[in-house]
Amino acid sequence: MTKIAVVTDLHANREAVEAVFAHARAQGATEWAFLGDFVGYGADPAWVVDQVREMVEGGAAAVCGNHDEAAVIGSTPQMRTEARMVIDWTRAQLDPGQLDFLAALPFQVQREDRLYVHANAFAPSQWEYVQGRADAVRSIHATTCHYTFCGHVHEPALYHLGATGKAGDFKPTPEVPIPLPGYRQWLVIPGSAGQPRDGNPAACYAMFEPGAQRITYHRVPYDHESAAAKIRAAGLPDRLAARLAEGV
Amino acid sequence: MAREQGKPASRSVKSGTVRSSGAFNSGGGGGSRRGADWYDVGGMAPPLEKGAIVDGFLLEKRLHQGGMAAMWRVSRVDAEGQPAPVAAEPPLIMKVPRIKGGEDPATIVGYEVEQMIMPALTGQHVPHYVARGDFTRQPFIVMEHIAGDTLRPRLAEAPLALDEVAEIGVRVATALHDLHRQHVVHLDVKPSNIMFRPDGAAVLVDYGLSRHEHLPDLLEEEFSLPMGTGPYMSPEQVQFIRNDPRSDLFALGVMLYHFTTGERPFGAPTSVRGLRKRLWIDPVPPRALRPDCPPWLQEVILKCLEVQPDKRYQTAAQLALDLQEPEQIVLTRRAERMVRSSQWTRLKRWFFALGAEPLEAAPTATEVLNRSTIVMAAVDVDHASPDLLEQLRETVRRIVLTEPGARLACVSVMRIARIGTDALTDHTGKSLHVKQLVGLKHWARPISKSLNLEDGRLTFHVLEAPDPADALVDFARRNQVDHIVMGARGNSLLRRYLGSVSSTVVAESLCTVTVVRASAPVEVDGDGKKSVAETSQYQ
Repeated sequence: MTKIAVVTDLHANREAVEAVFAHARAQGATEWAFLGDFVGYGADPAWVVDQVREMVEGGAAAVCGNHDEAAVIGSTPQMRTEARMVIDWTRAQLDPGQLDFLAALPFQVQREDRLYVHANAFAPSQWEYVQGRADAVRSIHATTCHYTFCGHVHEPALYHLGATGKAGDFKPTPEVPIPLPGYRQWLVIPGSAGQPRDGNPAACYAMFEPGAQRITYHRVPYDHESAAAKIRAAGLPDRLAARLAEGV
Repeated sequence: MAREQGKPASRSVKSGTVRSSGAFNSGGGGGSRRGADWYDVGGMAPPLEKGAIVDGFLLEKRLHQGGMAAMWRVSRVDAEGQPAPVAAEPPLIMKVPRIKGGEDPATIVGYEVEQMIMPALTGQHVPHYVARGDFTRQPFIVMEHIAGDTLRPRLAEAPLALDEVAEIGVRVATALHDLHRQHVVHLDVKPSNIMFRPDGAAVLVDYGLSRHEHLPDLLEEEFSLPMGTGPYMSPEQVQFIRNDPRSDLFALGVMLYHFTTGERPFGAPTSVRGLRKRLWIDPVPPRALRPDCPPWLQEVILKCLEVQPDKRYQTAAQLALDLQEPEQIVLTRRAERMVRSSQWTRLKRWFFALGAEPLEAAPTATEVLNRSTIVMAAVDVDHASPDLLEQLRETVRRIVLTEPGARLACVSVMRIARIGTDALTDHTGKSLHVKQLVGLKHWARPISKSLNLEDGRLTFHVLEAPDPADALVDFARRNQVDHIVMGARGNSLLRRYLGSVSSTVVAESLCTVTVVRASAPVEVDGDGKKSVAETSQYQ
């Protein structure tokens, strides 16, 4: 029985990623898919990139996020001071091998009937957010896959498009398996593992079971106090540490 | 393949497109279809015939062919077509939706919804789900076959005997409460969707219009007409609200009205305009149509049919509780009404209903159930110590205080012998039963005074039974009590020899149980051991 753990927006948060990996393994994950933004915001970019690289070598799917791209390219003068500072700091933490791994990440990966992409399917390298039904329909129309998984948006969400052309959206309840029958098209946003923003500090990920055509959104509590302490110790902006406690 | 998916459906609404007996669940004109490879199956697949094998199920007999679906009796077979029954599995039925070449969104989406919700349901009040078919090959749902007829033929026999009406009400309300607890609102409660198991338990069928609180609502955006069956649809359903469990109580009220009077309270409208009339025109009071309808039954039915969900029973369990204890129903002006409200009142309601949409988002099943619990206070008025009675009362008061929607059922058990008959009157000739009831009411008086428990929130029950624990557990189960509060026997010899009633109730109840002890000074025995002052309960 294939069980795919879909993890996105890890954001260099080692504590969150460790908790999510442990939870997903306990749930019997057989495959992994990472939807990008491995770095940025958090204090452990190198560790997170190493973990993902190792899992990709083992067959996991991974795509590039805007923060990964920024780490590869480096900051530009147009960026806000804070963003520039985080990117420069992150870049300094990564060795050439890690940067090469990020640079080589594709913008989208298709496996069978599933499309993995960081922001959306209509312009994967442009980083436009899927913020509502209209965006979701635009993304769904851009693929023939019945299942699209994307991140970028940090709040968990589920969109669907039926044969009659009507789209719907749904705020998923954690831990409740949701059938995703294949005669509809679905767009799954698991929510951020490393920096949740829906008012709940627990890390997000989703487990997809292609055989049973079913998804379960999970919330995993983790030691966000340690993660925040490391951010402060690294001299990164305090705001990035404080928000982890509230999930905002 | 040409794609049309970018264009939103332009819909020409055929007012009153009906499903079976007047349902508004069809949106009329076809929506823009997605890639033709998706949904053609229904139209293209050869019609199923007796003897065919579908995904390991042998079609034995077509039991029913309706406008929306066919029902087949099926059995499991192996790859060679040989019978392969599964041990302890009930007889099976296959529901095959009738899909007219993808042009019928009501059937398609209704089937999708049912396929999504049914596997999530458990318990005796729903058909046990077995399997579903892949839409791209042959859509179907295999489920337990509930033998017998639906309630629908009984409509022709209405008006029914009054005790039978109440009995139907209790059973259906019990089933609905179980469904609401599973976060599902049925939204198409009507006699043809109600069946019964041999033990009398009601079974709710057809989840094609239902709404599961934790699953996406595929119907939400699908149609531009209210969804439901015309005669039974609640006012809020007419206004496109799809998550309020109290909508099902309105539909049950329509059924009870029909079974009581032989008439439909709101007729069988076939237009949205006709449907909206129920927002301001109240039905003819049942007693005007059936003189022997008791005031309490009219009270119950009209309470179910209130336009505002907040004025109805808040949960099906509370409705079932009333129907089982009619003498305790507090009669309001509803019970006395013999004519509809005046033209002037209707005019006012009509004015305010003009284009009215519900002001607030409807509460979900979980929210309604959480704020409308049934709390049961088990009180041993004859034997418990004054301290314990006081402590119990204070605990109950606090619980009811924090749950403004809760109902409080005060229960006392009168022990009777297992065999033979007891003298049910004491030496003064006064019924022991009445005496206990008086004691119970006296115990509860400070609570009802201080919390100003309005009509109908407080009931009293004296149970006659040989075993208090069994009686309490059984009462709680029958009435779907959410929380039992009871006293504990103290550290007494009696508990040692007779066992503890409260521990049995804690062990056997399905709900939360709070066991109250009187705070008592710790005393030192003659031999130096500490013991808590005795309190006793149910000796």
